[in-house]
Amino acid sequence: MEHRSAGAGPGGSAAEPFVRIEVITKRFGATVAVNRIDLDIQRSELFCLLGGSGSGKSTLLRMLAGFEQPSEGRILIDGQDMTGVPAYERPVNMMFQSYALFPHMSVSDNVAYGLRRGGVARAEIRKRVADMLDIVKMGDYAQRKPHQLSGGQRQRVALARALVKQPKLLLLDEPLGALDKKLREETQFELMKIQSQLGTTFIVVTHDQDEAMTLASRMGVMQDGRLVQVGGPRDLYEFPVNRFVARFIGAVNLFEAVLIEDEPGHARLRCAETGGVFHVSHGVSGTLGQTMHLALRPEKINLIRDKPDGEENVAPGVIDEIAYLGNLSVYQVRLDTGRLIHVTLPNLDRHEGEAFEAGNRVFCSWGPASAVVLPA
Amino acid sequence: MSAQQRLNASPSPARRRKSWRLGRNSVIALPYGWLLLFFILPFAFVLKISLAEADMAIPPYTALVEWLDETTLTIQLTFSKYQLLLEDGLYLSAYLNSLKIAAISTIFCLLIGFPIALFIVSRPAHARFFWLAMVMLPFWTSMLLRVYAWIGILQSNGLLNTFLMNAGIINQPLVLLHTDLAVYLGIVYSYLPFMVLPLYAALEKLDPALLEASADLGARPAVSFFTVTLPLAVPGIIAGCLLVFVPAVGEFVIPALLGAPDTLMIGRVLWDEFFANRDWPMASAVAIVMLIVLVAPVMLVRARETATRDEA
Repeated sequence: MEHRSAGAGPGGSAAEPFVRIEVITKRFGATVAVNRIDLDIQRSELFCLLGGSGSGKSTLLRMLAGFEQPSEGRILIDGQDMTGVPAYERPVNMMFQSYALFPHMSVSDNVAYGLRRGGVARAEIRKRVADMLDIVKMGDYAQRKPHQLSGGQRQRVALARALVKQPKLLLLDEPLGALDKKLREETQFELMKIQSQLGTTFIVVTHDQDEAMTLASRMGVMQDGRLVQVGGPRDLYEFPVNRFVARFIGAVNLFEAVLIEDEPGHARLRCAETGGVFHVSHGVSGTLGQTMHLALRPEKINLIRDKPDGEENVAPGVIDEIAYLGNLSVYQVRLDTGRLIHVTLPNLDRHEGEAFEAGNRVFCSWGPASAVVLPA
Repeated sequence: MSAQQRLNASPSPARRRKSWRLGRNSVIALPYGWLLLFFILPFAFVLKISLAEADMAIPPYTALVEWLDETTLTIQLTFSKYQLLLEDGLYLSAYLNSLKIAAISTIFCLLIGFPIALFIVSRPAHARFFWLAMVMLPFWTSMLLRVYAWIGILQSNGLLNTFLMNAGIINQPLVLLHTDLAVYLGIVYSYLPFMVLPLYAALEKLDPALLEASADLGARPAVSFFTVTLPLAVPGIIAGCLLVFVPAVGEFVIPALLGAPDTLMIGRVLWDEFFANRDWPMASAVAIVMLIVLVAPVMLVRARETATRDEA
């Protein structure tokens, strides 16, 4: 074993990342599940790995837990190389997608399981289990068996079991997948509360972008085994690096457009799909005449009845359909070019009054800072 | 139109329900009928014979019910066979020895069968069938043949002794055939599949995530085995042990062919009473007591299972 230089003991300096994933690749036979991922996660961070099924996010999580070994690269947790360290010796606990509660043990035995393996004194175990069950509000169910609990209760027991050993790193695999919407939202906030209370580093895997947006301080989007973009929820939503990220997080209208003017402060692109010109307030690194992609979020488009001044950032059309969602309405607008786009507007007024109706002729308009040009 | 339909339809649901209930009852009656025909009735016959006396007649036992004269019907129940069972040490030691041999064989079947079942479960799903077939394959030949094959292996100039002597490990052939060891070998070999299959069924249902969760919480593989795998395999262990133990107690062929002349097992005693002594009532009494000895533990296990299920 390698000798550490003084001062860089466990804990490390503030600059040192808590989890360091060094260019790891995982192959299963001929398929590459995880492809050269390089990622640092800071202490006490709540990091979300977001991706569709088969994107490699669960494989990455399983490598952190020690259930799979990377084919290449290495993982460091708190400065320690995890290569060859079996799951049962890692300072990591995981909350499983299926919860994986031991069906033959009571709730309190499930939670105590990890502590019993660690040689903690009996009285201490009893106290910590009781405290943990109180935190997740399952104290009254300590003697129940898992099959006597509801989905939400099982989920809380699984969380308690994963947290009771006070791991440095907690991995959560689709933690809220099995819960209904209301319970999911409540639990999301509970998770965040527990996370800030205990200061544990969380890595959450999910395919649900809302869940990721709510929970994460930072998130990474995975596609086909690669980490496509890492950033805060706002970065990923407002500045997606490609069409995949733009589509994966939130709803979006995507257009193809040709670059006709490129200045440091602004750029203009002609779009056949809207039949007009996009004026964007940021420079684009491209050549004139190049075809590029534009992403325009539905809520950044305004609908107006009268033709606005100016020819740029506007597209005429007819409202095709309206979906009333309570807080907002989603309008499908058929542009004169035939292209269908989505527009969402908040329902500010309780009365129908001035509201749009299907068949109304409208102008879709947006500002220069609304659309984002994507290189790919 | 719809109202009329409803009117017309109104008597029919009751009739339909009735016929449905009839159908359901006849389906439920089927296994009961089977049980009555092939278990209860033969059992009653055997019970009847066990309460008679041996007789030089055809059939070789006395009738229980006889007309003494025109008006008097006598029922004569003889319990002497049961009394003899309790008093004669031979029977008691035959029972005990059978239980001992069956119990030890069951334990060995479990010890050998569990790793086999674990191995099969650890194979990828498409390969499991192959390994299960390997376990089942011996079943496709007659059990008698397989036990005879063991004679060929175990006898003084058999395969095993020849091999060991040629390899220079022993100079004198080992006495293997007609020993208790041969009986254990035969029983464990013959009944192993009955142990492996229920164990496989139980272990196959085990969610691999549970073992991962156990490892994740700090349990080494050996600890996970005893705290997770083993407790969750208990139904399979109970089923497998019963499937091996119950027929092994009454086993006749294996001790007769592989065992020593003095290997006392209740199956052989039964055979001797029936065919050598032509004492049908005694043989029947032996069979009845054996049944009680075997059914009692099964009932206990069932009662315990039901109790734990109610408690859960």
